[in-house]
Amino acid sequence: MNSRENILADVLKNQPPARPLPDTDVFKDDSQHVVSTYCDVFTSIGGQVFLAKNWCEVSALIPRNFDATKRIITTLQELSESFELISTTADPHTFNDVELAVIEAELAVAENGAVWLPEQRMGQRIIPYICQHLAVVIPAHVIVATLHEAYAQIGEGNYGFGAFIGGPSKTADIEQALVLGAHGAITMTVFILEQSPDVPFAA
Amino acid sequence: MEKITKDHAALAEAFIQNEEHVDWHDGALWWIRQKRDIASKKIPEWEALREAASQIKNNVLSNLHDYLLQFEANATRNGIKVHWAADAEEHNAIVYSILKEKDIRQLVKSKSMLTEECHLNEYLIERGVDVINSDLGEYIQQLDNEPPSHIVLPCIHKRKEEIGALFHEHLGTEKGVSDPTLLTRVARKHLRNVFVTRRAALTGVNFAVAETGEYVVCTNEGNADMGAHLSDVQIASMGLEKIVPQKKHLAVFLRLLARSATGQPITIYSSHFKRPREGQEMHLILVDYGRSRQLGRPAFRDSLKCIRCGACMNTCPVYRKSGGLSYHNTISGPIGAILAPNLDMKKHADLPFASTLCGSCSNVCPVKINIHDQLYEWRQVIVREGYAANTKVFGMKAMAWTLSSPTSYARMGKAGRWVLNNIPFAVNNKLNPWFKQREMPDGRKGSFDEWYAKNNDQTEEADEH
Amino acid sequence: MHVGLFIPCYVNQFYPQAAIASLQLLRKLGVKVTFPPKQTCCGQPMANSGFEHLTQECNDLFLQNFSRFDYIVAPSASCVLHVKQHLHSTVDPALAEGVRSKVYELVEFLTDVLNVENLNARFPYKVGIHQSCHGLRGLGLAQMSELNAPSFSKPVQLLNMVEGLELVSLDRPDECCGFGGTFCVAEEAVSVKMGKDRITDHTKNGAEYITSVDLSCLMHLEGIIQRKKNAVKVVHIAEILNSTW
Repeated sequence: MNSRENILADVLKNQPPARPLPDTDVFKDDSQHVVSTYCDVFTSIGGQVFLAKNWCEVSALIPRNFDATKRIITTLQELSESFELISTTADPHTFNDVELAVIEAELAVAENGAVWLPEQRMGQRIIPYICQHLAVVIPAHVIVATLHEAYAQIGEGNYGFGAFIGGPSKTADIEQALVLGAHGAITMTVFILEQSPDVPFAA
Repeated sequence: MEKITKDHAALAEAFIQNEEHVDWHDGALWWIRQKRDIASKKIPEWEALREAASQIKNNVLSNLHDYLLQFEANATRNGIKVHWAADAEEHNAIVYSILKEKDIRQLVKSKSMLTEECHLNEYLIERGVDVINSDLGEYIQQLDNEPPSHIVLPCIHKRKEEIGALFHEHLGTEKGVSDPTLLTRVARKHLRNVFVTRRAALTGVNFAVAETGEYVVCTNEGNADMGAHLSDVQIASMGLEKIVPQKKHLAVFLRLLARSATGQPITIYSSHFKRPREGQEMHLILVDYGRSRQLGRPAFRDSLKCIRCGACMNTCPVYRKSGGLSYHNTISGPIGAILAPNLDMKKHADLPFASTLCGSCSNVCPVKINIHDQLYEWRQVIVREGYAANTKVFGMKAMAWTLSSPTSYARMGKAGRWVLNNIPFAVNNKLNPWFKQREMPDGRKGSFDEWYAKNNDQTEEADEH
Repeated sequence: MHVGLFIPCYVNQFYPQAAIASLQLLRKLGVKVTFPPKQTCCGQPMANSGFEHLTQECNDLFLQNFSRFDYIVAPSASCVLHVKQHLHSTVDPALAEGVRSKVYELVEFLTDVLNVENLNARFPYKVGIHQSCHGLRGLGLAQMSELNAPSFSKPVQLLNMVEGLELVSLDRPDECCGFGGTFCVAEEAVSVKMGKDRITDHTKNGAEYITSVDLSCLMHLEGIIQRKKNAVKVVHIAEILNSTW
């Protein structure tokens, strides 16, 4: 279309002389307390944290904290005996009755409580949004200090869609009153999983 | 909604009539400013991050042509259909043609200030397409047939009782119900039904990465994702200036954005869209609409660095006391006042004057836009181009003449003092805006130059010739 | 050291006591001070209203009056900032540049040039500081609340030397008063509302006096205070620092 050429010509004509990019690699945080920081921040943004030693503990915590009579789905083979495995091919609209989705984070960020979920980890893109409650398993060793470390690890990333999710959906549009559960999940829970007995919690 | 009958001063005066409401509005926004302060002070490298963000954006503006081509090539390779729109009309026509081709007559739209600027909703509704805003604040504003008053908090100027009345009228809630949680639950239920029945969803864009061809949308409510992931056709509208060069730069901007906006460490959802879902169409519209022109204005091009956090509005005392709608422009507050004259200098000539130039806006800006300096510069341009009110031009010319000539100044000054001393009501009448709610300063003490002439001890200046 | 005393037009007209205090204070501190008599306005009201192009005569007159001094000192942050940023000469740009660099607001002249360490002053009242925006964000007289940076305050540094003075802390330590030059009449409603809210912050925190480095802010606040018959008073910082009550 003609607009493309016109716009590009105008931009080229009007843009100022080249300015260099700054060095953003100076932003580093090698904090040793990422697990405890993560827990504090995530709790402060309205999330719930459980520390779990193994998958059995995670599996046991779920029915104790959620309504197991309703539809619970997961991408995790480790939980597939107890809960429905997510179909990657089903029409996304069919998940509208999901009570709880349990998925695993690729990364988690201590400074802001967010988990990084490429779509492969979600099962389907709609899952972490359409469920009433979201639970995310975070192996303790994938928690990084800040977004700088997170993006360094993500790199180009082989995903069609990915998201940082940091807490339950919220709004404060009515008089600045905080309400959890706007359109996405009403609650968000994380299970921080101690990966092996050799790597105990730093917290 | 387009029609303007009053300028900022008049609209602000009307807003201020309800002082209890203004105090609430001022307090609510100041509270957000305080949350921003607390969040920013938890990050020791905060000022360095702002500087980095500013420099990245400088780089973007200086290489925008190449970055746009790089982004287009990568996005296209990813399977995103990229469109270019020179103005609002072309943008709206592109959206409509995408929908029409699929015979889609219903659209769900998450928050996008760009589509507000383009008046997309009106355009589509005129053509028989039903549009629903899914951000709660924007949804409320749509119910009330009003534009957003704040880019992050669209209905911050409304009290919950007003919102309760709107819900009663449009959604059948019980009369008098105004509890925010209850109203939010009603909207959730209602909009859930909208999400699962719409085949097309439109979102804005916060950042578009040239290096990878992906774009990032930030929300707290999850409404952009609910729409996008349930749709057959996903459309994203973005201003040209939303480009960032590399993916790692997102770390800098996402660390700054939510902390500056609301004091949150990050928005709840930061969604990275790279490829359409299997079987889905993904469109992205790159919109100029005055941006390339602003890029060519050296004094004002930095306004294009804006990441739409709204911090300048929350900190601006004029904004807090006058309300966003008094700016009669989609983007209100200090940043709106430096963006709007680029689009229509005559219509928005009043906005750069709706500021005391206190400078707080520039200090909270996460990308360090020199907003208050640009407000000053716009005033010069608006006066030079002849858009200032004629009476003001005359008054200022008279003032320049008076104040630059010592003899006429002495004469005028004495005359003014004589008036003050003798017949105060001659100037202290209701035609003088100063006197409406303020006493005049006391001119009876005599001036300093008179005192100095009488009292100055010449020995103090003995070595003067 | 020879200082030219720059007294802004409205200070000359309406607040001679602040100008007198500035003069006496500087002389007390051993500085030779001259007030060049043919001063007018620096041009700020016009420039801030979009008429900077009409201010050349103001600039020329300013240069005529002040270029011969080692320093130029004024009890007004706002006017000083304007001169620092906008004083130009079409005839002698270097002269204008030199003058711009030696213009000081009174407080910063005392702390940064004279390095004042004590003052023989007494002011036994509760005082709230109104941070003039031009002094704060323009001249950097104190740390700005928006920034993540160490705090400091030149006015506080001096006021702490005044016997009997008790500083009150405010809910919003550096919010604008709403004067804003022609803004005060062009946007009368917002201007007055901003002023009222600043005054309330001071009075509810117990201030008996509101002080500032800028009389334009104080003139606006005083106008509202007197209309409302409020008990709090305004006083320029020079009067406090020169005070021996």
